Amino acid sequence: MSQDPLEGCRISAGKKSAVSLGKALHPPNLLVVVEGTCGACVAASPVSAPEGSCSYNVAHHHLCVCVRVCMAWQGLQKGETLASLKQESENLRRKLEEERGKLTDVELHQVAEKVETVAALSIKTRRVLKGHGNKVLSMDWCKDKRRLVSSSQDGKVIVWDAFTLNKEHGITLPCTWVMACAYAPSGCAVACGGLDNKCSVVPLSLDRNENVTAKKKSVAMHTNYVSGCSFTNSDMQLLTSSGDGTCALWDVESGQLLQSFHGHTADVLSLDLAPSETGNTFVSGGCDMKANVWDMRSGQNIQSFDNHQSDINCVKYYPSGDAFASASDDATCRFYDLRADREVAVYQKDSIIFGASSVDFSLSGRLLFAGYNDYTINVWDVLKGTRVSVLFGHENRVSRVRVSPDGTALCSASWDNTLRVSRT
Amino acid sequence: MSSSSNLVAMKKVVKQLRFEASINRVKVSQAAVDLQQFCMQNAIQDPLLTGVSSSTNPFRPQKVCSFL
Repeated sequence: MSQDPLEGCRISAGKKSAVSLGKALHPPNLLVVVEGTCGACVAASPVSAPEGSCSYNVAHHHLCVCVRVCMAWQGLQKGETLASLKQESENLRRKLEEERGKLTDVELHQVAEKVETVAALSIKTRRVLKGHGNKVLSMDWCKDKRRLVSSSQDGKVIVWDAFTLNKEHGITLPCTWVMACAYAPSGCAVACGGLDNKCSVVPLSLDRNENVTAKKKSVAMHTNYVSGCSFTNSDMQLLTSSGDGTCALWDVESGQLLQSFHGHTADVLSLDLAPSETGNTFVSGGCDMKANVWDMRSGQNIQSFDNHQSDINCVKYYPSGDAFASASDDATCRFYDLRADREVAVYQKDSIIFGASSVDFSLSGRLLFAGYNDYTINVWDVLKGTRVSVLFGHENRVSRVRVSPDGTALCSASWDNTLRVSRT
Repeated sequence: MSSSSNLVAMKKVVKQLRFEASINRVKVSQAAVDLQQFCMQNAIQDPLLTGVSSSTNPFRPQKVCSFL
């Protein structure tokens, strides 16, 4: 080591002393965790210490001890204490609120007053996809605009052709509650994960007789359930969110962890990638009631929003990439503008008391489809903040709503074991 | 010891807040106008918003076919 971290410690030769770090080190800019066996004396017993104190065996005026300097403490300025940092964090939070408040010169719905109201929608259910034996928890469209993948509580993942209602592939996972599924951009594979704490990628084959389940490959490993997954712009990278409070970016081929995202203080329930034109960011929402925007390359949390009053079940980017919406158990959906760094709309009604589980935008971003636990889908006018329509049909909670890639259809998955594809 | 880990955690929180406080922000009026503009520009191409003619709709209800 370049510097002796215990320089300045008072050492009693020949005795075993326990020294409290705060007092022994001057300046107090290093946290020393002492562990391991002594390097010099062979017969010495292992030295170990609880965090924050060090005990060492001294012999012959040499320190026979292994020391590991905790990197996190470097840079702690003189005089910084827990109290002063707490004060600074309070000040910073207040400053953030002030800064955000200064820019709220007008509300979104006020700006949108002059916009024509949305004409009455005539969206009807055109297809009902039956085949799952239990609650359908998630679904995703393929880029070819007609195929979709869905996953359910009984461990089954089905790939459907939404036009013909044909089931093209059936994958059985060894776990129940497959909460996440995603279609690869190429259409040649699907990813799925859930209570097995993993996210697996399954290549789809054109050969009907081939057993696709056998080619399943585990890519992501978390320490708790996988709640959401999404391929990035290619089939090669997979982004996952988990009940362990983190999100992670994985290389599909090697299964290697490329980047992890820490910041949520509870389960992360949902994630969405920014539309490709706008760059390498994604948004996540979780049980800590926060929605965080992340930089995929650095792992840095860029922006954070804590307006919701309960778990955030779903987050989705606005088509332009400059904003995103969230759905929460507090029965509201909210809309945030990223450049103004604040919430700009709340979609709620006194008559809506059940949590919202999922949201998605129509192609132009004018309509927000939100699935609720009261079995309905409410369609909101994003700009005016009013409800345009209610879609009925499901006989249990709506777990997921997704607009098709060309914006022509809306697919909704539900705990009533079915998926419905609706169109005008 | 919990106080040292608290200190480390607190330091992270302060660092994150400093970062968030320093980003550039736009006025809501400007942001709202841009959002509205995006909606208007793309409204024509939004099938769920404007509806689509039944001849191109692959999900249209099937018509009955009769032999002549």
